[in-house]
Order: sequence, then C-alpha cells, then structure tokens
Amino acid sequence: MMIQSSGITKKFGVTQALKNISFSVNEGDIFGFIGPDGAGKTTLFRIIATLLLPDEGEMTVMGHDVGTGFKELRKKTGYMPGRFSLYQDLSVEENLNFYATVFGTTVKENYDLIYDIYSHIEPFKKRLAGKLSGGMKQKLALSCALIHRPALLILDEPTTGVDAVSRAEFWDMLKKLRQHNITIITSTPYMDEALRCDRVALIRDGEILTVDQPDKIRDGFSRKLFTVKAPDKYKLINGLKSYPGINAAYPFGDSVHITFKNDVFDTAVYDHLKNMGIHNVTIEETRAGIEDRFLDLMENKEINQQP
Amino acid sequence: MKQFTGFVKKEFLHIFRDVRTMIILFGIPVAQILLFGFVVSTDLKNAQVAFLDLSKDEITRQLSEKIISSGFFRVRENLTNLYDVDKVLRGNKIKAVIIFEQNFGRKLLSEGKAVISIIADGSEPNMATLATNYLTAIIADFNSELAGVSADGAMRVQPEVRMFYNPSLKSQYMFVPGVITLIMILICALMTSITITREKEFGTMEVLLVSPLKPAHIIMGKVLPYFILSFADVIMILLLSWLVFDLPVKGSLILLLAEAMLYILLSLSLGILISTIAKTMQQAIFISLVGMMLPTVLLSGFIIPIENMPEVYGWVSAMLPPRYFIVIIKNIMIKGTGFLYVWKETLILVLFTLAFVGLAIRNFKIRLQ
Amino acid sequence: MNGTVISVSNLVKKFGSFTANDNLNFEVYEGEIFGFLGANGAGKTTAIRILSGLSEPTSGEVMVAGFNVKKQAEQIKRNIGYMCQKFSLYEDLSVRENVMLYGGIYGMKRQLIRERTQRLLKRLNFEEYGNRLISDLPLGLRQKLAFSIAILHEPKIVFLDEPTSGVDPVTRRQFWEMIYETAAGGITVFVTTHYLEEAEYCDRVSIMSEGKIVALDTPAELKKQYMVNSMEEVFIKIARPQKY
Repeated sequence: MMIQSSGITKKFGVTQALKNISFSVNEGDIFGFIGPDGAGKTTLFRIIATLLLPDEGEMTVMGHDVGTGFKELRKKTGYMPGRFSLYQDLSVEENLNFYATVFGTTVKENYDLIYDIYSHIEPFKKRLAGKLSGGMKQKLALSCALIHRPALLILDEPTTGVDAVSRAEFWDMLKKLRQHNITIITSTPYMDEALRCDRVALIRDGEILTVDQPDKIRDGFSRKLFTVKAPDKYKLINGLKSYPGINAAYPFGDSVHITFKNDVFDTAVYDHLKNMGIHNVTIEETRAGIEDRFLDLMENKEINQQP
Repeated sequence: MKQFTGFVKKEFLHIFRDVRTMIILFGIPVAQILLFGFVVSTDLKNAQVAFLDLSKDEITRQLSEKIISSGFFRVRENLTNLYDVDKVLRGNKIKAVIIFEQNFGRKLLSEGKAVISIIADGSEPNMATLATNYLTAIIADFNSELAGVSADGAMRVQPEVRMFYNPSLKSQYMFVPGVITLIMILICALMTSITITREKEFGTMEVLLVSPLKPAHIIMGKVLPYFILSFADVIMILLLSWLVFDLPVKGSLILLLAEAMLYILLSLSLGILISTIAKTMQQAIFISLVGMMLPTVLLSGFIIPIENMPEVYGWVSAMLPPRYFIVIIKNIMIKGTGFLYVWKETLILVLFTLAFVGLAIRNFKIRLQ
Repeated sequence: MNGTVISVSNLVKKFGSFTANDNLNFEVYEGEIFGFLGANGAGKTTAIRILSGLSEPTSGEVMVAGFNVKKQAEQIKRNIGYMCQKFSLYEDLSVRENVMLYGGIYGMKRQLIRERTQRLLKRLNFEEYGNRLISDLPLGLRQKLAFSIAILHEPKIVFLDEPTSGVDPVTRRQFWEMIYETAAGGITVFVTTHYLEEAEYCDRVSIMSEGKIVALDTPAELKKQYMVNSMEEVFIKIARPQKY
C-alpha cells in the first residue's frame, strides 16, 4: 500500500478545504483525483507531499507518517505543483541540473527514466524556461520531478491550461512511466482523463464522492441513461426539463442525457416535445460515462443537503 | 461622464479597502509631520561639553556658569590637561571642549583680551556648527556685560574655534558615512527579502521545501552571493568617496571593512526575517523600503543628532541598527579611532545580528503553513 | 439569412517577423454561437484582441458590429461585451458594486442599471447576496456573474475567452444554458474553450492552427468530414500544437 489515509480534514480560516478524506493508493498505480476548482485537490496533494499538516486524521505514505516521517518521504517523492514552478530565468538545462543536484544525483544517472519525455525538449536545452510553450513547460517540469527517481510522483493539475493534443501526449508519457514501477498521483478537472487512470476518486467541495476503478464508477450509475438529439438544442433542453417524468437532463455535446424518474423510457416524452414545436427527436439508450456519474453524485449530494 | 464618475467611485473603494494604500496616504504623512515637528529642531538642547579650565579664577567661573546656565549645554566632564581633549572628543559623547587659557582673568584685566578655545567634534558638522555658534553668542553676550562694567576700553573674551577631524567642515563628512549606512541596510534587506518571497510567489519554494535541501542551506545559499556582492559594493563606495570627494579613511581600513561585513550580515539577516513575514514580493518591498527607510533616515542620527530628539524618539532610535553603525563608521573614517572606542556599538550590532538570524530560522517554516 | 455581425477579410497580424494571424477569412452571423478553437499559440488570442478593438491588424479588413476595427475601435468597444478567462471582476468590491461599475462604464443610465441589476440577481438566484464581496464567491458563480455583466448593456456580440475553465460540470452546463438563452435573445456569442465537448454546443466552429484557419463548419459536418465521432477527435487530427 503506497498511501493510506483516513479522516483527513483541513481548514483555512473559515473555509473547510477538506472534510473527512479517506482513501488508499496501491503501489504502481496511476491514481487520479477528478474534480473542479476548489474541490481541495491542491490542499490534499500538499498534505501528501508533506508541505501541510492535516488538522485531523492520519496519513501514511510508503509506511511513513506524513507528519513525523517527512524527512524520509521528501527524498522519495517527486512533486510537480500547479503552474509548473520552474525557474523562468534559467534555461531548460540549468533547471534540470539544479533539481538533479539538489536531490543528490546527476542528470546522467537517471537519464533513462526521463528520456522519453526530455528528448522532446532537449533540442531547446539552452532556451530560458520562461520562453517555452505550455506543453514544453509541462515536459520540463515532469522531467525535473522525476530526475531523482522517486517512488511516488505527485502531479497537481499537470494538464490544466494545456491544449488537447499536448494533454494526450502527456498521458502517453505517464503510461510509459509505469514500467518503472513509479506510483503516480494526479489531479485534473477533465473527466475524460479519469479513464486513463487505474483508480479514481471523484472529489468536490472537500469531499470524496466515490473511489474506485473508473469503469466500475461508470457502471455504478444508478439508472438507465438515454441520449436525446434534435436540431434545436436550446429548445430541446428546455422542453425536456419541463417534462414532469424526467429526473434530470444535462446537455452533453451534441445531445442531451436524460434519466426518467421511474427509470423507464416514457414514449410520451416525444409528444410533449412535439407540442412544444420540437421535432426530429431521436432518443437512444446509452452507456453512462464518468461525467454522468459525477453529475449524478453531485445531484444526490445537493438533495441530501437540503433541509 | 457617467462612465467617468463610476470609474472614480471604484477607485475610491479600492483605496479605502486596501490597508497599505491607506498607510501610505495617511500614516506616512502623519508620521512625517510628527517626526519633523518634534525631531528636527534647530535648537540646541543638552549638548554635552567638557571644560578645561587652566586658570580657575573668578572670571572663568562666571563665564562657565553663564554657559552652563544657558540651558543649551551640559557639563559632562571637567578635564585636567590638554592630552585629554583629543581622547574625550573621540569618544562619542562630548561635542565640544571649552578651554580657558592660563591666567585668564589676569590677562583679561591687564591686556584687555583673553582667549577661550572652543574645540568641536567636526565629524558631526551640523552639531559642531550649532554648538560653536551658541557658544560664541554666549561669549559675545558676556562681552557686552563686561563692557557695561568696565569704565574705559573694551575687555573682550576672544573665542577661537577649531574643528577637530573636519577642519573645513565639509558636509561630505556627514553625508557619506550616513549614506553608506542607509544604502547598505536598505539594499541588503530589500534584496534578500525579495529573493525568498519571489520563490514563494512563483511556486518554486514548494518544490525546494520538499527536496532534501535543509532550510539552513537554503537561507545561506541565498545570503552568500549577496554578501559577496554587497561587500564589493562597500569597497566601491569607499573608493568613490576617496577619489571623488577626497574623503579617505582616517583609521584602520581593515577594521572598517570588518565592521562593514558585520553590518552587511545584519542587513541580510533582517531581509531574511522580513521574508518569513511577508507573503508576497510586494509586501516584502513595502516592509523593507517604506517600513525601514523613513525611521532610518530620520531617527538614526544620520541627519538629525540624537541629542536633539525628544526622549521618546531617542528610545525608538536605540532600536535601529543603523544608529550604531553610523557611529562606528564615522569614528573610523573621520576620527580615525580604533576598536576600543567602538566596541560597545559593535557588540550591539552582533547581538542584533544573532537575534535576526535566530528569529529567521525559527520562523522559516519547513512547511507551507 | 441573418445579418453579419463579424466580417473578416484577409486579416494578417505580424509581430516583427512572426506572423500570428495569416490571412484569415470568415464571417459570423447574428444570433450565432460561434466557437473559436485552436491549440495554444495558434493565434486565437491575437485574433480576438483584434476583433474586440484592443489591437490593430497589420493588414486586412475587419468589421465588428458594423464598425471598422481600425478606424472605429472606440465604437466597437461600446457595442460589444467581453469576458476574459478570469479576473474580470474586482475582488474587493461587492456583486452590486461590480455591476454598477460596469453599467457606468458602458454608459447606461442609472435607472436602467438598477433594473438590470435586479434582473441579473434574480436570474442567478442570487438576490440576498448582492452585497457579498467577489472574493467570497465560488468560482462557478463568479464566472456566471462575469458573463451576466458582460451582456448587461445588451451588446450585439459578446466575446467569451475560456469562460468555463476549471468550473464543475454542473455549473458549466448552467453556464452554457445561459449562453443558449443569450443567443436566443439575438446576441451573438463568440466563444473559445479548451473543453472540446463544449464545441458541440456551438452552431459553427472554427479551428486555428499555426496562424491559419484550418476548419470552419458546423460540428456535425466536421465530424462527418473527418469521419470521427467527437470534436475532440477532429481537433487532434487537424490542430497541431506548437512545435517549439
């Protein structure tokens, strides 16, 4: 067990950043925390990286307690905070050498580990880090975090603000790292990235909604899901929402995902829509995705929180 | 027009809700007025002087009384021989020595003229000028009293004024040491406080903290380059003041450089301490520059002699390191004194440095909170 | 056919020897939701700045809301709404104060600002929180508020630069429903986003790559053309990230 955590809470002033967080991470896994801004991901990662102490609760990483064992942990952990934290006025090469030296190793020693990643930016090794594009900063920051061959890699929103192509490339790089048996914890607001993790925790407002393998989370969707298409999207959504038999209706790209209150496909919905002037409607049953489950869980949470 | 007023209103709201801007707008002017009002007085108060009365007769007693009772001076010592004059002026308490020549009274009555020597500490030109002006005025007054008494011809006490250490009363003697003191502490504190808060702002500090680097190493690593460069700075300033202003170092250069190194270390530690308090670079700059500049300029004895300040300000001044360094640097550069005369101030600076370093280490968190 | 709100012909923008926008040609119609996509560094931000009157083209003709971008930049600013990614609201002012401020900047009359403020707060279910400071609000609410303020003066077109970055899925959808409502009311919406799935909400989408527009059509047509099922796959096929 790489990380074992139970009952972690953390408060900043009046804001409760983390509420009773419990989870565990297996060695060698890619574990993802999926949730929007303000969910508490960064705070949690800082606790794992021994940069913050929790108010309550316990966490052991690689067998050490995060409070007392920080000295040992810091040698074996690689941390890549948000915004990449590179020295903008040092070159690519200088940044990498600095981190290698500070961790008591050399670039040469662990070059094999970072080769796949660093080779993309090596041609630009004399360029100042501040002048790199988002995707390249990402690769450099990852190389710097890996250079001392950590057992645990903590990546805080490494794909935020980066375009879709670079994101895909980044995940390919992470997958390759698994051969070296490095455990990776990462966070992202992009739901689709959840499917690329071994296990995933959905987190929102400081609480974990669920922890499991991504396809199990997906399959845990409690109802039948239907996808509805029609030429006029806006009218369609309003029409669906106004139908009493519908439990929830969420726009999803070119269609609307709906669930029925009594979980049965109600053909009367076609008539309802027609009466509102919405024609050419197609409804099909479909398999739920992670985001559907997330919305479902969020909805339940709101209902439960109502007085 | 509507857009304009709406925009102006927003600006007011921003200002009232930002503590720092309010401090600059209101706090600083108020502080300045109070300081200038109370501190900058061109009146002399309690200037400490010493008498060397080689005659000890009725006239010298009368004149001494007059000087003492004027309220501007306080007698700290009564010297017994000429050799003590230099020693006493090198110490930093006595601003002027008043010497009555031998057979003062007799010479006055028989020859109509007697000489009173006023030897002032020229390393503080403002103070020296004030003191000698006041003394000369008192003596002139005494002379007119004498004129009223004697029947014939004038009896005159003749004041002879000499400035030790700075015969031509060059103002550089006041400014250059003061500027060195001010600049070094501002720049050093500013630089180190910025470099650490910058890492905090850019997020690289997080990564440093989780690395094996010990906090002590991080601090020392930040201080060392600035230490070396600031030292080069001091040498450069001394060279400039020698070549351009004709102000050489009268005393031991080695001692001066050693004291400078201590002072630089103190300033850098202060910067580190500030960086543990400030959360952003802006805050660090604010505290270093604004928070320290004004008190240093006004209260450290740089421009305004400490004796001229009301007691309260004197207490505040005692808490400012620059006050002590100014004394040290003036002594060595202008009076040419040795360590024996500045050991007290040096010790105080050492204590300050240890305090700053200790506090900085204690505050420097190994975690983010 | 609806009127044209934006018309761009042969737009070129150079910075020194670097060509950020290389001969762009396109039109945007009234009431459309127009998605403007591209990888980082492709030239999107440069183009948007020109369209919103903040920057001048090196060459080419650009008309926005009936005004020429080069000669009538000031009128353009008054007839458009703009919401940039974050930071368009003043954190140390309250909700109401922000609305009043922008209303004033848009040159609206006091009475009108008051009415619209009420309407805005109601629409956001936010009536009791009118005096809360922005810094106290969660991100999703801030974004919705910023959008409402950007259309407070009912401009012809509103520019949204990555408006839903980092926002939770529910709020994101609510935001897009606000966008739909706005477009239905006749205001053209020009939006950029990194969430490719949001591109599907748009009527038409353009994709920029290395300074040029490499695709411009409805999402359905683009998917058909590239024989894929999602906009994300279209994007990966044709938008190349910066090479350096």
